[in-house]
Amino acid sequence: MSQERLIEIETDILSKNDRYAEANRAVLRDRGILALNLVSSPGSGKTTLLCRTIEALGDLPLAVIEGDQQTENDADRIRATGARAVQVNTGKGCHLDGHMVGHAMAHLALEPGALLFIENVGNLVCPAAFDLGEDGKVAILSVTEGEDKPLKYPDMFTAARLAILNKTDLAPHCDVDLDLYETNLRRVNPGIEILRVSARTGAGMDAWIAWLRSELAAKRFAGAAQ
Amino acid sequence: MHEMSICEGIRGVIEDQARAHNVTRVTRVRLEIGRFAGVELDALDFAFEVVMRGSVAEGAALAVIQLPGRALCYDCMKPVEINHRLDPCPDCGGGKLMPQEGDEMRIKDLEVA
Repeated sequence: MSQERLIEIETDILSKNDRYAEANRAVLRDRGILALNLVSSPGSGKTTLLCRTIEALGDLPLAVIEGDQQTENDADRIRATGARAVQVNTGKGCHLDGHMVGHAMAHLALEPGALLFIENVGNLVCPAAFDLGEDGKVAILSVTEGEDKPLKYPDMFTAARLAILNKTDLAPHCDVDLDLYETNLRRVNPGIEILRVSARTGAGMDAWIAWLRSELAAKRFAGAAQ
Repeated sequence: MHEMSICEGIRGVIEDQARAHNVTRVTRVRLEIGRFAGVELDALDFAFEVVMRGSVAEGAALAVIQLPGRALCYDCMKPVEINHRLDPCPDCGGGKLMPQEGDEMRIKDLEVA
């Protein structure tokens, strides 16, 4: 006798991740900590940008979670600036998830009002789908990657609040149209903010640092108001 | 890789539900996947079969209901339905569209024996 029956579940496939992310978000909210999820392809200059950013922010309390499949190289580079960093190796995994970030946050014992950078695995596909509990995604795109990158990988740029067009010092050497990068970014995300930066020369860094300070002030205020 | 992670998510949800409902065998899994979810259905089929091995859903059939992609056109400010992420606005031809719906990845129901 067949006893087949249907169980309605209507559950998000990533609901388990979303629960971890929500728990992280609650911790960050209570402590007024601003968390930014930095996403990009490999080689966009994320770690160099972070090192320069940490130097420019001076003694502001901050910490970094580094995601890579293998090696401690990036965490070592961050620690060389004097900042706290924890490396998460995802092994075969192609993205950080809410559970990993929760563990890393506990390990870092972040003080209230701090800034937390989460440098995701270099990958423009999977990290778009995994909420970490962050306040926003910042997509870093280097000018050598091709103006159509936002069109090829739209999900990531749609999910990002801010795009940093990095390595602008190289633009004169590689026949690129910076305005076309911006047009394509706005095509996949009409609301995205865009900053042109060269982490190497420091051009545009002031605007990025000002953006960070203003976002952090807003988060601290929201934390205090609560 | 992405489809493997998705199937691991599906397996986790199925195992929780199977425990809660005292189910020992799942014969069909029905998903709702939005057009903008970035899921490759062939890759999902392949990953599903592999990831479900050794679980209550080993050998289960996979059925996918595709949900439409909806976006807000920033030129005419109308909500529109589009098939592909980079399609122009079907109303005004504008090219700046912000997705509103279509990134769903849900398990709708399980057929169990």
